[in-house]
Parts: sequence; structure tokens; C-alpha cells
Amino acid sequence: MSDILHIENIRKTFPGVIALDDVSFSVAQGEIHTLLGENGAGKSTLMNVLTGLYHPDRGHIRIAGEQIHFTSPRDSLACGIGMVHQHFMLVPAHSVFENILLALDKVPNFYSRKTYQAKIQKLIDEFDLDLDLDTPVWKLSIGAQQWIELIKLLMRDCQLLILDEPTAVLTPQESERLFNVLRKLRKQGKSIIFISHKMREVMEVSDRVTILKKGRSIATRTRGDFDESILASLMIGKDKIPQWQKTLQMSDEIVLDIQKLSVRNDRGLSDLDAFNLQLKKGEILGIAGVAGNGQKALAEVLTGLKNTNQGRILAGQKDITNSNARYSYIAGIAHIPEDRKTIGIAPDMSVDENLIMKSFKSGSFRNWIFQNKRAIRRNAEEKIEQFAIKSGPDGTPLRYLSGGNIQKVIIARELSEHPAVLVALYPTRGLDIGSAGYVHKVIADGADRGMSTILIAEDLDELLKLSDRIAVMFRGQLVGYVDPRKTTREEIGLMMSGETPGDSA
Amino acid sequence: MKLVIERREISSALLRFSAPVASIGIALFVAGFLLLASGVSPLAAYREIIIEALGSVYGLSETLVKTTPLIFAGLGVSLAFRMQIWNIGAEGQIYVGAMGATWVALFSGIQNHWMMMVAMFFAAFFCGGLWAGVAGFLRARWQVNEVIVTLLMNYIAILWVDYLIYGPWKDPKGFNFPLTAQFSDTARLAEYFNTRMHSGFFLALFCALVLYLFIERTVWGYEIKVIGSNQKAAQYAGMNTGLAIFFVLFLSGAIAGIAGFSEVAGLQHRLQHGISPGYGYTAIIIAWLAKRSAIGVVIVSFLMGVLLVGGDSLQLLWQLPVAFVYAFQGLILFFLLASDFFIIYRVKLIKGGAHA
Repeated sequence: MSDILHIENIRKTFPGVIALDDVSFSVAQGEIHTLLGENGAGKSTLMNVLTGLYHPDRGHIRIAGEQIHFTSPRDSLACGIGMVHQHFMLVPAHSVFENILLALDKVPNFYSRKTYQAKIQKLIDEFDLDLDLDTPVWKLSIGAQQWIELIKLLMRDCQLLILDEPTAVLTPQESERLFNVLRKLRKQGKSIIFISHKMREVMEVSDRVTILKKGRSIATRTRGDFDESILASLMIGKDKIPQWQKTLQMSDEIVLDIQKLSVRNDRGLSDLDAFNLQLKKGEILGIAGVAGNGQKALAEVLTGLKNTNQGRILAGQKDITNSNARYSYIAGIAHIPEDRKTIGIAPDMSVDENLIMKSFKSGSFRNWIFQNKRAIRRNAEEKIEQFAIKSGPDGTPLRYLSGGNIQKVIIARELSEHPAVLVALYPTRGLDIGSAGYVHKVIADGADRGMSTILIAEDLDELLKLSDRIAVMFRGQLVGYVDPRKTTREEIGLMMSGETPGDSA
Repeated sequence: MKLVIERREISSALLRFSAPVASIGIALFVAGFLLLASGVSPLAAYREIIIEALGSVYGLSETLVKTTPLIFAGLGVSLAFRMQIWNIGAEGQIYVGAMGATWVALFSGIQNHWMMMVAMFFAAFFCGGLWAGVAGFLRARWQVNEVIVTLLMNYIAILWVDYLIYGPWKDPKGFNFPLTAQFSDTARLAEYFNTRMHSGFFLALFCALVLYLFIERTVWGYEIKVIGSNQKAAQYAGMNTGLAIFFVLFLSGAIAGIAGFSEVAGLQHRLQHGISPGYGYTAIIIAWLAKRSAIGVVIVSFLMGVLLVGGDSLQLLWQLPVAFVYAFQGLILFFLLASDFFIIYRVKLIKGGAHA
């Protein structure tokens, strides 16, 4: 096995940040090499170095033994390195064929449509992808769009394919198909760099795994030398994961009853379409579904950011569909938003001020019309201590804190009022394992106190571990409920693609 | 480039303070060339400005007279800026404020001085407030851009006042000049030291203090800051952002409207054409230079007052056009915005690094 790519001691700094400290690893011909690391470990920066977007401050990149310097993404493509980005680079209104053609070099002005079509079709058949070349891209599922990205690279004859978290947008079934394609590619002698943080997939497809941590490549393990616990402990290192226990305690009392709710977005499309959901007291209700099937709209409606078009939301006996009623009820619904920095916080304001954002009107934080600065400060000191927030010097604007600490500030604020309902939208996205474990603990502890949680997450393992029940969403509708202790990943996967379960739930 | 980013991270307070100082410095430097081009020594001119505006009791009093409306308008504009709402219609709000106060002074028939003052004050307050409130309502209800609305309503306000003084409110004994009759003594603010300086100045200082407390200490001020920092987060927190936008624009216009009251009751004692020679536009520069802080507005307004008074003497001494003063103000804002741009641009660079 010869190395197609060899990376040595790469270092890349940005002003004030060391993104990559010292990274070395190599990719052999015909191997699937996984890069595993928490968010912020430097995976994306490394890939940007590899695709010529960034220039490393130090270190070497060798391809097939030859040292090279990329000055632009064009150079790296010319060297046979291609990348499937998390966000696809496709023209939605154009057909599959046109999109692929657009990505190709050296297409003559008067090209033979037939030759190209035949070439592409050959690839499609070879990998058993069901793609119709004349379909416009917007009609295709996300999974199929990913095929197009892959075909683009194969048409350019790339030898090294980089896939950046390709399964984040796929159902388990679609992921499985992708892995089959990757295995076929490997058999053909292509090399693949696979980026992921979902342990299960890493175990399934990797020949070798390199673990990145804080900008360093700390270990490379060959298949057979690793299992999930070894990888996890390498990834976490000395960081402690908070331990928690979940006791099942679901009453039949319904705290939130969503009936036939419809919500249209700005483009007039239905985000939620006659959506039903029942949340019971003290339960953690997981919401599974491929991203973009209405989860965000659901969270926004519940927290008062969006108005409904049809249907009802009942909190106990109270109708809170009407947005004014929701305003007054919102204090009882806590929310961990998807996009922390743009929605959850006032970035220019201090930790103290952010912590009281939901309770600033309450008597404890004000004297008549004036804010009680001393009480606000005391509250902050308490929360910083209790939630172990690393907040920097007093008065530091929140924007300067790390993602994990910002999330802690949000959680501290949201949960301090002992809300009846928590809506958590991808609460662990972008957090390191320690912080993510902390979030899980907080949610589980909340359930012990009788708080009901709607947990929207993309990682099925996270949902299965934490939820009392899982509701599956597809195109703005509820497909059904499953019991996480009895269900299978396959069953959830099928439901995520819209198939109604036979007799479960 | 790297160096500056790091300096900002360590001592952003220093940079925040030095940006306005530096932009005034650069503006002085560039304006020097304008002076040279008209055959005037820049150093002599700047010296003249200082001496004229600060070197005598009369000069100082004139400076404070000019400072007064600038403080009101600057406070109004900076309040809206605090919430990322761009009220650039302070000029028009001064005019309608002056109009409201004048109406009370001429036609209400109130005989008591204090009652008259209070009535004029509130007439100006509500006229200015409602004028800006129109933009606030449109913005809150239908997302109509408040920049356009407030700006265009300036012209309506100015022309409306012109209509009144050329028409129905024209002083019958005024030899056909476009002005109203003089106010009676009940409708005049007290004057001091035998100069034109009047109580409006103290009212302006008081307003600045109240506004400072309002923004930094009250619950509403907190709400305004949160909305200004991140409107979506404010909505999540259950704040009624629409109402807040209307309220803040109303208050912003109302404070600018008080400038109109102070001008007619304290200085002009009548409504006339050109009651504000662009105070409302200068206020935008003031609010920006003051970094939207109420105390900063007072200081910067005073500097602008110096410039206006000093500029007058430049006209007398060297026959420089008044446009020079406006050009200088423009240069300050220009360099200030440029420096802000550079600060923001570099922050973005850091973000890109941290993200990758």
C-alpha cells in the first residue's frame, strides 16, 4: 500500500487562534481514512489547507511522494483532490446533467451531449445510484444531491475524495447506501478522507482513524486496533464527562397538546402541515427527522418566534395558539435555540446581563423602574459558579466566550426559572464531548424535577439514549411515535423517510 | 493587520476611545488642505476658532447657545442608534417641535409663565414624538425602512413650517418677512449674564442625565440594549420588539422636538425660516462620535458648538464660506465611519479564524 497523501507537521494560525498546531497523517491508496475530532479540533481548517483555500504557516504536504504547494483550490483539484462540502454547490433550477457539466474542466464549446451523458450514466450504473440526468436538482432528495457532488468529483478523476460530515443530512438508510458507494470506490483504488464525529459510522467504514484534538493529531489507529471506547477516550483525553442517570418517569398528564398545527414559511411553503404532538409531564420527547423537515418551525412556534396559520396549541387546558397568549406563557417555556450566537444571546452584552434576559422584569432584579445591579451581579456569580461558566473578566461581552460557555450561559438562564417545558433544538451541536455530556445531564436532571423536554437532535444515538419517547417528523408532519427501548435504527430510519410504521408506538 | 487585531482584543476600550479622537485629528489635517487652498493658514484658522469660541465670556456663551439644540438632537438620535434604529430625521423633528411650541405660545392664551413653559414643552415633545412615531409605526408594523421615512419627513416638516410662516402664521406687523409674531414674555425662557444663553442649556444637561439613567439603569433601557444587540434574542426573551421600536422612535423624535422648543422659547422668540441650520444632521455625527452614550453626546455637542461659533468668525475674518464648517463635519464623520469599518472588518477576520 503506497501513500497517496502525506501530511507533515502542519501548523496554521489565525490572529489570536492556533487552529492547527501540529498535524501529521497519511492516506494510503485505496483506504478510507477517518478524521475524528470534536468541533473546533481543526478538522475544517485542515481540509481547507488540503483543498488549497488556506496556506499552512509551516509543514509539508506531499502527494504521491512529491512535495507540493497549493495556491488555490484549482491546484488541489488538478492534483486529484476533491471535496464534498457539507453545503452542496449545486444550481437548483438546473438539471443533474447541467450541474455535473458545470463542474467539469475543458468542456468544448460545442460538446457532444451524448458522450458526456454516456460517461455520467456509466458512473451512475457502476455505483448503482438511481439518478435521472434530466431531473432538475431541486426535485431531488438531499441524499440524491449528494450523489451529484460525488459524481462531479469522479468525472474529474479525483483520486482522493474528502467528505465533510456527509451523513449529517442523511437518513440511516441513505447513509448505508453512501457507505456502500465508498467501499466500491475503495475497491477501485480511490482514497477517501471521511470526516465525522458519529462513532457508529466511524467504526463501520474506517480502515484507519486519525484523532484530532485541539489542533494536534494525537493518534492514528488501524482497524482492529480501535473500538468505540478507545476512540472516545482518545478524543476526550483528560476531559471529564459528567455522569448522569435517567429514571423513567412519565405520567399521563399532557402538558402540551399540539393539534393540527400548520405553519407556512416566508416562501409560502408549509413548514408544519397538520402537525400533531403530545408532550407528557416529566418526559423527554425526542424528535427525530432529517434536518429541514419542520423541526425548526416547531421550536419557533412554541417559543413565540413564529405565528401559526392553522391549528391549536394547548398548554394544559389553556389555549396558547394566539401569539399574545403565548407571549405571556413563554416564561414557562424554556428554549435552547439552534443557533446560539444569532438567536440565543445579546452578543455585545455581559454575562450578567445575558443571564437575566428572560427574568429582567421580575421583582428580584429591579427596584421600581430601575435595575437592581447588585442582585443581577449576585445572580451571575451564583450561576457562573453553579454551571462552571468560564466567563472572563467582569463585563466581558458574551461574544468573546467559547461556544460551550455560551451554551452554558443560555442553559443557566433558561433553566433557572424552573420551566415547565424545555424546547431544545440541537442543543449539543458544535459542543465538545464534555460540554455535550453536561447538557444531557442538565436535561435529564430537569426531567427528574418534572420538566418536560422536547429534544430535537440529529444524532439518533443521542435521541435513543436520552428520550422517553421519540416522535418522528417528515415534511412537517408527525409520522409516529416509537419507544426508544424497543425500536430499531432501521425502523426510525424508515419513518424519517416518510413511511408510516406498521403497528409500533 | 495582525497587530491591530491583537491590540483590539487586549484593549478594545482604548481603541473605542481613540477611533473618534483619531478621526477628528485626521479630519483637521485634511481640512487644513481645504484652508490652504483658500489661502488661509490652517494653524491660524484653528487658533482663531479656539479663541473665538472659548476665549471670551461672549464667545463661550455663544458656544453654549449652539451646543444646546445639538445636545437635544444628539440625545434623540443616539437613543435610537442604541437600538440599531437609524433616526436621521432629527432636523424635521426639531421643526415640528418648534411648530408645536409656537402654536402654544401664540394661540393658547395661557397667562402663567410656568404653565406656558410646561405646555410649550409638551407640545414640542409630542409633535416631535409623533412625527418620528410615524416612522416607528411603519417600521414596527410593516418593516418599512425607517431611514427613508425619517429622512423624507424632514422635507415635509421644513416645508410645512415654511407654509405656516409665509401664510397663516405670518406676523401682520412683520413687513411681510416670513416670521411669526414675537412671543410674549410668558413664553420666553430665562436668559443669563446679559448674553443669549438661556435655560434651555440646563434643560439639555438635565435631559442628558435622565437619558443616561434611563438607558444604563432602568429596565426599559436594558430592553432597548438587548433589542439593539440582537433583536431575535429579544423576541425569544418575550420582549415585544415592535412596541419597543415604536416607543424608542417616538422618544427619540420627542427629545429632538424639545430642541425646537428650546430654540423658539429661548433664542428666537418666534418661529421663522431656517430655525435650525442643520442641527438635526449634525446630531447624526454627534451620536456616532459619542458612541451613542448620553454623556458623550454632551461633550461632542460642545465640540461641535465650538466649531460652529469658530466657523462664524472664519467667515468674518477670511470670508470663508459656512460650507467649510459643514465640510469639516462631513470629514469627521467620513473618517469615523472608515475607522468603524476597519474595526468591524478586523473582527470578522478573527471570527473566520476561530470558526475554521
